Amino acid sequence: MWLWFSKLGSPKWFYELSGKWLPWLAAGMSLLLIVGIIWALLFVPPDYQQGDTIRIMYVHVPFASISLAFFPLMAVAGTITLVWRMKLADMVAKTVAPLGAWFTALALASGSIWGSDIWGTWWIWDGRLTSMLLQFFLLVGVISLRSALEDADAAAKACALLSIVGCINVFVIKYSVDWWNTLHQPSGSFSLSDEAPNPPEVWVPLVIMIVAVYLFFVVSLILSTRNEILERERRSQWVQELIEAN
Amino acid sequence: MFESIQFSSFGDFVEMGGYAFNVWSVYALFLLFFFINLYFPMLKRKQIMREKKRRLLVNREKVSIGSKLSNNEMDKNDS
Repeated sequence: MWLWFSKLGSPKWFYELSGKWLPWLAAGMSLLLIVGIIWALLFVPPDYQQGDTIRIMYVHVPFASISLAFFPLMAVAGTITLVWRMKLADMVAKTVAPLGAWFTALALASGSIWGSDIWGTWWIWDGRLTSMLLQFFLLVGVISLRSALEDADAAAKACALLSIVGCINVFVIKYSVDWWNTLHQPSGSFSLSDEAPNPPEVWVPLVIMIVAVYLFFVVSLILSTRNEILERERRSQWVQELIEAN
Repeated sequence: MFESIQFSSFGDFVEMGGYAFNVWSVYALFLLFFFINLYFPMLKRKQIMREKKRRLLVNREKVSIGSKLSNNEMDKNDS
């Protein structure tokens, strides 16, 4: 277990392993994405209330749901950085922040476009929307905090602390729809019955899209983390050899 | 669970039941975002590789001809 743990912390080990996994992850992501998008655009029946705007759900929900994962992920990486000073954890934390800001922005934008017709408004200070916007600003805060501090070690520690504190907002986002009953609807439930409000022909493509977007996040995270490794480990023997062979 | 295609013609499909703007702009944003997020890390990787390789070669050259150069010229090469 400890051997595995220390191996996992080695940037070289991660770089090599992720290089092997990357083609498979990318292939799985592409396949699911193609199936999911075609299914969502062509085969999902229009909603009896929302009509064809239901198809926006297949982009909005995957992005919104993965947006809840960023702060916990950065908090775990930050804790590892603070306690064990593992180099790789801070590299992951650093790459999650900008990616997370983009994903959160897309969740907000797609929701806004969806709402512009269904709710009749682009924006409303509803609990879910406001807490999501707060998460976007928190992520921008983490990014600027890191670039503002010159000492990389101090920046890593400060970002780790902010990420841990920022997790509170994730609970607010998650339960906002139960606490404040304004516009945003609560999450639906999955059911196998054809009579259920969400029958399989509606949620099966949604699950496909959710898995596809999660894979997309993993793939882009790995790509950026590998760049970060090359930058920070440029003086080490193995990176020098890698560059020479390239 | 498997429904048939929900649109009777291509024009119908583009129209999206009157929500063409909403549906298509969300999917366009998604695809744009998707390609940007994959393209830029790959571009950056190429840049890093090129830049580091150049530095490696410059350093090696400096070592091999270092004895012939005065200290002054070595400093110029550094920048």
